[in-house]
Amino acid sequence: MAQIGYSKKVMEHFMKPKNVGEIENPDGYGKVGNPVCGDLMEMYIKVKDDIITDIKFKTFGCGSAIATSSMVTEMAKGMHVDKALEITRSDVATELDGLPPQKMHCSNLAADALHKAIEDYKSKKK
Amino acid sequence: MENIYLDHAAWLPVDTRVLKFAEGFLKNGVGNASALYSFGLAGKKVIEEAREKVAKLINAESENCIVFTSGATESNNLAIKGTALRNIKKGKKLKASSIEHISVLNPMKELQKNGYEFNTISVDSTGILNLDELERSLTKETVVTSVMYANNEIGTIEPIREISEIVHKKGGYLHVDATAAAGRIPIDVQNDRIDLLTLSSNDIYGPQGTGALYIKKGVKLQSVLPGGGQERGLRSGTENLFGIAGMGEAARIAKNEIAQESERLGKIRDKLIIEILRIDESFLTGHPTQRLPHHASFRFSRIEGESILLNMDMYNIQVSTGSACSSKTLEPSHVLLAIGLKHEEAHGSMVLTLGHSNSIEQIPKITKAVKETVERLRGLSPL
Ligand code: FES
Repeated sequence: MAQIGYSKKVMEHFMKPKNVGEIENPDGYGKVGNPVCGDLMEMYIKVKDDIITDIKFKTFGCGSAIATSSMVTEMAKGMHVDKALEITRSDVATELDGLPPQKMHCSNLAADALHKAIEDYKSKKK
Repeated sequence: MENIYLDHAAWLPVDTRVLKFAEGFLKNGVGNASALYSFGLAGKKVIEEAREKVAKLINAESENCIVFTSGATESNNLAIKGTALRNIKKGKKLKASSIEHISVLNPMKELQKNGYEFNTISVDSTGILNLDELERSLTKETVVTSVMYANNEIGTIEPIREISEIVHKKGGYLHVDATAAAGRIPIDVQNDRIDLLTLSSNDIYGPQGTGALYIKKGVKLQSVLPGGGQERGLRSGTENLFGIAGMGEAARIAKNEIAQESERLGKIRDKLIIEILRIDESFLTGHPTQRLPHHASFRFSRIEGESILLNMDMYNIQVSTGSACSSKTLEPSHVLLAIGLKHEEAHGSMVLTLGHSNSIEQIPKITKAVKETVERLRGLSPL
């Protein structure tokens, strides 16, 4: 099977992903499935004064899905929730020095899971 | 770190003995094999010798039954389209097993668009063709039925002799894609009464870009590559001397070494299967005993194959997967779906195919890498 040509950064995050795990009693939780290939991602956040203080993920998916989830948690940690809501799929890909075209949809997964977790937090706050 | 290559179903390094034998034809050449001057005649001789060697590998009745092509894809296309188009008077029905290679399924689908009727025959959960269904579905109009000798993704060996009997009872032609099986297990086209058989050079350690099609005496085909009339008019184009000479030599070596090598690899495979199945929620895919001696294929629940592949690569071990994430179409392997796996089950597939470079000493390294890979990825998985 052909190697898909991931950047060094993607491989780093794949091999040593940051923020893996679950958070007990999270302030926000998001779960998304990838309609394209059938993968799954879960995101947990802890929030204090609208700042994301802790974030963890679990991913069932390809190398790119694992790397993008790791990357997005790194980006969102310490961010204001409204700012984190602005993180787009392509931001994640850019931070990873790009993704192969057929793998762009995996970065959707990561950004979507984060956004879902934040929306969950916001709806609970209300 | 030692590199351990376990993807011999995808690509094989050309045997150094083959290279040595054939490189002269690449470097110096012997002229165009169609030319009449002595230089060209020498080329013709090289080709005829290669034809003989390939014929011997599969016990063909005559070397004249072998047509050289550019590879298995072309052989499959020629076998299917060539036979269907030439024998249109017989009927316009085509059958193939649901686990055929895409280069068998796609030519059939193309013919379907042009007025032929095409259906696939299902396989059971081990990949063995459903013989009752085959028998029921064949009619006198079925012109070509295509079933592979063995499957490259799950290693299952099909009961070709029984299939051949069923197909011939209805008077159709049987095409067998032996890309994965040739050089691994003995093949006897006369004994199995095979009408058309596809071979790939690289899959028997020969140079890439060459293949062959065995055409039983009396089976009529139409060319799908008309031109200067080389290869009995069935496959025009100046012959690839280096490829053909190399494939011939690879076939000769394979014929000599097949018994010894498949016994050696079979032992490694058996040990690998035992060790890897010790992992929790790991399963063998394909048939437990009717399988290619160099082939071990698995699936692991809750993890995904492309990440298995990447993780194994960190141990300098190259494996393969049928996961959706690793395919261009983002669809799981049609073979894994055909044996009844659910989408998420096909996701965790890993295929190991052994070859010359593998040894029994590598087993601990391989099993350790697989165990650690599965463990790590499961640690990341929400399932
Ligand atoms: S998660 Fe399936 S391709 Fe990335």
